[in-house]
Amino acid sequence: MQPTRIQKLFEFVRQKNRSALIAYVTAGDPSPDRTPEIVASLVRGGVDLIELGVPFSDPIADGPVIQRAAARALQAGTTVPKVLDMARAIRKNSETPLLLFTYLNPVLRYGLDKLARDAQAAGIDGCLLTDVSVEEAEPYVAAMRAASLDTVFLAAPTSTDRRLKLVAQYSTGFVYLVSRTGVTGEQAALSESLAPLIDKMRVATKLPLAAGFGISTPEQAGVVAKIADGVVVGSAIVRQIEKDPGGLESLARSLAERMKK
Amino acid sequence: MITSQPDSTGHFGPYGGRFVPEVLMAPLEELEQAYRAATADPPFQAELTDLLTHYAGRPTPLYYARRLSETLGGAKIYLKREDLLHTGAHKINNCLGQALLARRMGKKRIIAETGAGQHGVATATVCALFGLECVVYMGEEDMRRQRLNVFRMRLLGATVVSVSNGSRTLKDAISEAMRDWVTNVHSTHYLLGSALGAHPYPQMVRDFHRVIGEETRAEVLKREGRLPDSLFACVGGGSNAIGMFHAFIGDENVKLIGIEAGGRSLQLGEHAARFAGGAPGVLHGAKSYLLQDADGQAALTHSVSAGLDYVLIGPEHAWLHDRGRAEYTSCSDADALAAAKKLARTEGIIPALESAHAVHEAIRRAPTEPGKLYVVNLSGRGDKDTDIYRENFPELDAAGV
Ligand SMILES: Cc1ncc(COP(=O)(O)O)c(C=O)c1O
Repeated sequence: MQPTRIQKLFEFVRQKNRSALIAYVTAGDPSPDRTPEIVASLVRGGVDLIELGVPFSDPIADGPVIQRAAARALQAGTTVPKVLDMARAIRKNSETPLLLFTYLNPVLRYGLDKLARDAQAAGIDGCLLTDVSVEEAEPYVAAMRAASLDTVFLAAPTSTDRRLKLVAQYSTGFVYLVSRTGVTGEQAALSESLAPLIDKMRVATKLPLAAGFGISTPEQAGVVAKIADGVVVGSAIVRQIEKDPGGLESLARSLAERMKK
Repeated sequence: MITSQPDSTGHFGPYGGRFVPEVLMAPLEELEQAYRAATADPPFQAELTDLLTHYAGRPTPLYYARRLSETLGGAKIYLKREDLLHTGAHKINNCLGQALLARRMGKKRIIAETGAGQHGVATATVCALFGLECVVYMGEEDMRRQRLNVFRMRLLGATVVSVSNGSRTLKDAISEAMRDWVTNVHSTHYLLGSALGAHPYPQMVRDFHRVIGEETRAEVLKREGRLPDSLFACVGGGSNAIGMFHAFIGDENVKLIGIEAGGRSLQLGEHAARFAGGAPGVLHGAKSYLLQDADGQAALTHSVSAGLDYVLIGPEHAWLHDRGRAEYTSCSDADALAAAKKLARTEGIIPALESAHAVHEAIRRAPTEPGKLYVVNLSGRGDKDTDIYRENFPELDAAGV
């Protein structure tokens, strides 16, 4: 099978001896027409992979910053088809990997197989559904595989060794390590649960490991880049979009500078 | 014989399951194991039974509502008086069970959501009883309309956190409680108040309420020498209804009738009747019938009764519905209010607005079914709804001025 853009990216950064910078944005925040330009400025600043969040009415894994973004995006009329339009617009002049990031229900409503096909056609490379446990993943993973999309699953500090193995088994592209027990949101200090989680996960899989949840400053990103293969920054980026999208490129640059091993 | 149990992964047919972020998966496995161990542990069961008897007031009476029945001139209506339990609703059954479980698991902090405030009050009550820290999430709109219960929770020592997201009702309170749980899962037990959520909650909450149906079954057999023809229960998340229905699921001649909130109308956003406008979807950990828009976003809901004002129905009800074992209907705000008044004036019992929905359906059917035996689960009492009754019966309020 052809490697996906996500798989190629992690191979590329490995050769460069650095970590991949991954940015989360809520698609459609502040409005659907702004998202392609927001993504473009992040990419100019050095972001390697974009998590394109489909807003959901009840984002139980998100803190206040991303909750507000979801509310703005929904208010602005963002739907799954519109997010696919945004992906197409981004793909016109970018090869940056795109990971769809959302909760199950909007995807279920759209139809798993249809979503997989349409997302693939729109240039999306993979998908992460926060509230789909590996136990419930069978139909979803089958649909994504059929369209050659990566499926990224979350591993958490609470995951048992048995669960870490399952998460690794169901993931392709990379595994997303939740750096602490909690919802998304900036944290003053990095969680101490991350390093042991990375160590345990390395035993379970050879897949690249990206870490996120609570990483917001360039200093924190730099620390995580030394031990993980990818660093996800979400709330800090979404907060910048809320404040002034004009500052995104320089925020991204300040993070990208810290990706060296 | 028809039975209804989840499979080993918590599915009732295509419904239920465990749709939560990975952070909560191992804790749910742990909870499931602890629950299984407790179920098989005679001292645990003995302590629970003792508390249900001497603290909560079980068994509750099965009361023959003679005047109501005679006025309607048809079916013979019994009321299962869960409203007479300590704290005023069935919710205490589940709270005592889960609090004992939390103590057994060494969790010192309890969180809960509440809609009408009855589950919040019952949770605050058991936390006071066991010396546990208690935080209750409640939608801003519900805090306004169930003010008395907010005060009761605080008097009992609980912290009530107001939730101002979304519809500012039960759905948003559950989302916020789940965020707390995701963050504090090491120290905290989430004392979920209905037969909802990820496995094992729907099964566990149901089992703690099964006593309602078991008592009813034994008592009605003793008094009438036969099983009832129809059981009526309101369905918010579904705990009082499944607690009443479960002991009768194998009795195929007993009709199980669930009543959802019909609200102002059956247009999306105006009601909480999941079977009258919902479609299978996933929210708050489980797959079931969900009121949602064309894009899969949870819809807004409305009911005069805060306890029924929720977008998703418990997964076991979805399964009973699809198999045709239980039937579901809805009752409008106006009909529930009228039924409450009727019960107050024929029997001297002011029901909770939630329970009034079930009373309405029994009142509606009774005249056409003489000789039939009904049991209505009177899940709670109406004290908490006094303000809403006053708003809706202004003529009575003005009379005293
Ligand atoms: C008195 C009463 N009945 C019914 C309900 C609805 O919940 P459930 O469907 O779980 O019984 C509530 C919820 O707050 C309640 O307070």
